[in-house]
Amino acid sequence: MLQITNLHANVGDQPILKGLTLSLGAGEIHAIMGPNGAGKSTLGYVLSGRPGYEVTEGEVWFTPHVFPGEGRGPEPKTEDSSAALDPGLRRGTQGPINLLDLEPHERAAAGLFLGFQYPVEIPGVSNVQFLREALNAQRKNRGEAPLSGAEFLKVAREQAGALGMDMDMLKRPVNVGFSGGEKKRNEMVQMGIINPALAILDETDSGLDIDALRIVGDGINRIMRKPDKAVLLITHYQRLLDYVKPDFVHVLADGRITRSGGPELALELEREGYRELAA
Amino acid sequence: MNDDMDFKDKAAWDAADRVADYEHGWSSDIETDFAPKGLTEDTVRFISAKKNEPEWMLEWRLKAFASWKTMTPPDWAKLNVPPIDYQDAYYYAEPKAKPKLGSLDEVDPEILRIYEKLGIPIAEQEVLAGVEGARRVAVDAVFDSVSVATTFRAELERAGVIFRSISEAIKEYPELVKKWLGKIVPMRDNYFATLNCAVFSDGTFVYIPEGVRCPMELSTYFRINAENTGQFERTLIIADKGSYVSYLEGCTAPMRDENQLHAAVVELVVLDDAEIKYSTVQNWYPGDAEGKGGIYNFVTKRALCQGRNSKVSWTQVETGSAVTWKYPSCVLNGENSVGEFYSVAVTNNYQQADTGTKMIHNGKGSRSTIVSKGISAGHSNNTYRGLVRVAPNAEGVRNFTQCDSLLLGSLSGAHTVPYIEVRNPSAQIEHEATTSKISDDQMFYAQARGLNAEEAVALIVNGFAKEVLQQLPMEFAVEAQKLLGISLEGSVG
Repeated sequence: MLQITNLHANVGDQPILKGLTLSLGAGEIHAIMGPNGAGKSTLGYVLSGRPGYEVTEGEVWFTPHVFPGEGRGPEPKTEDSSAALDPGLRRGTQGPINLLDLEPHERAAAGLFLGFQYPVEIPGVSNVQFLREALNAQRKNRGEAPLSGAEFLKVAREQAGALGMDMDMLKRPVNVGFSGGEKKRNEMVQMGIINPALAILDETDSGLDIDALRIVGDGINRIMRKPDKAVLLITHYQRLLDYVKPDFVHVLADGRITRSGGPELALELEREGYRELAA
Repeated sequence: MNDDMDFKDKAAWDAADRVADYEHGWSSDIETDFAPKGLTEDTVRFISAKKNEPEWMLEWRLKAFASWKTMTPPDWAKLNVPPIDYQDAYYYAEPKAKPKLGSLDEVDPEILRIYEKLGIPIAEQEVLAGVEGARRVAVDAVFDSVSVATTFRAELERAGVIFRSISEAIKEYPELVKKWLGKIVPMRDNYFATLNCAVFSDGTFVYIPEGVRCPMELSTYFRINAENTGQFERTLIIADKGSYVSYLEGCTAPMRDENQLHAAVVELVVLDDAEIKYSTVQNWYPGDAEGKGGIYNFVTKRALCQGRNSKVSWTQVETGSAVTWKYPSCVLNGENSVGEFYSVAVTNNYQQADTGTKMIHNGKGSRSTIVSKGISAGHSNNTYRGLVRVAPNAEGVRNFTQCDSLLLGSLSGAHTVPYIEVRNPSAQIEHEATTSKISDDQMFYAQARGLNAEEAVALIVNGFAKEVLQQLPMEFAVEAQKLLGISLEGSVG
């Protein structure tokens, strides 16, 4: 689903990623752990196309989003398909695309979701409005019909309910006045509504208490633990992995993957610390 | 876009020049369609004669013209306006001076694209673009059918509401017009208002009788002869005791006009327990991306809250014009009268806006609320300028002012110039102001969720302006939201 080969990236003049290679297959959950400053968040930003994060070398190939079952709109009309920014994004297209060629919103439409470490506040824009516009923009890019207000609200209600979020919070401005934990939970509600193929979750566990951690962990499993999806969990700690069992664990240090293994590697890291294992 | 404007300008000017050239020895021949170039007493007489105005109206205009000649344009606004040659313009031209278009195929594709984005029906697009013979169709489109329009008229008349062009009102209701015209905005109020007094082309007159709640929102759309009155428009609305009216002015569709100078005057009078809600969407041609062309919009709007518990609410969405100079104000004479001003002003490219309000508290217990949202992008400058004045014997006055500025890019300017003059110690005056930029974090967050850069800006800007937009009547609000996004096209990426 995602093939990262020898990825080098700079922030400003500073090289952060220095030859990172990683492969994610459909149905897999990968955890990336590593010390502060290793480039974990940079990896998430580079993959989602944040301006200012410049790829200097390497490739990223991604197999785009295919919606099975729900969410499938009518066949694209001729004029709709011309509105799609990239023919490769249209539903039903098989085979990988070069992710680095796409704008951030096109990557989202292709099925990539970034869960933010620090979710951003957008005053005056309700969660509902934000997500509906975002989802319909994605659907438009894929040549799918937009969801009506009623259809969207049904999905939103289900997802908010499953994550124990009050409908009132969905009507409040995006992340404004939310606690750290509420923001993270809101990211998961967004992920549930958008229903991506690949989720990169950047320290989704930070700022969560034990109960919230379990709810978020359950949410990740429920939404993403599927044969046609994949997750890249970026985390410092083992504790989220108690709820979301990774298939693979990687250590990211100094801009590259220095070690990979099964779930036992996370436990080892927890015991030994990064210093021992990163080298 | 610009070429088209130039073409239209040129065609109109050429047509006017031809007429003017052949009219040697012209005086005040009312058979002529054009007043020749320039502004003299003859021009004023000509306009008045064309409109079959009574003698008192002509005298009023001439008096204004005499005053205007002694006045100078105001220079205190933060605007850079090249000197205007008032003798190098036309002050009266029949609509036929505009080049007629055979169909929408001849309209600038850029304009059509914006119409489409706004979701304007084809028939209405034809009217807006000036396609020949489109008007009847559009009346149908706007009203569903002519009979609906007639029904509206009948309904208004049953309620006793007078809704006329100001020219008609001058003839049909001279006493009402005489009583209030120029009483809220005095003839010598300012250079542009005085000019308007002398040469106003047409406009709207509304009278809501005592105790009547106007049965529908009044819109310039409903007025059949709204065409070609944009340049020197004159509006007078009188809300008698205990009455209510909501008035919508303008249009979200981009409006082209061959006249570069606009100087409108709007006067509102509100008696005891009455209320006027006045909403404006202004989207005149802003000029091109290099700042060439565009309308100069010098507007004087003022409400006289004369009665006890009277209330006026101004809501404006200003996205158009190269230059905007506009301060819709409330003179709060009545005890416990209320003034409100909600404004969104967007400037992009080389647009300049200096806009705000004046709240003059003369009445005891009068209250006012000012919410101004300025959005500047490109090389533009956006200024809020507002006055809150409390008279010495106005006890218990309250004002709340909030001025927020949002900057896009690093080349635009936002300025806030509040004037507060309080002469009564019991007054409670609050002023809050913020200036912010759309952050990279917000942009990327929205983009990572699937919005492209322009959609992201539109979303964030609409959130910023929400408090004002939600004051607009529903049908206006939806279009205004789209308009904010369109106005900021090209300001990112």
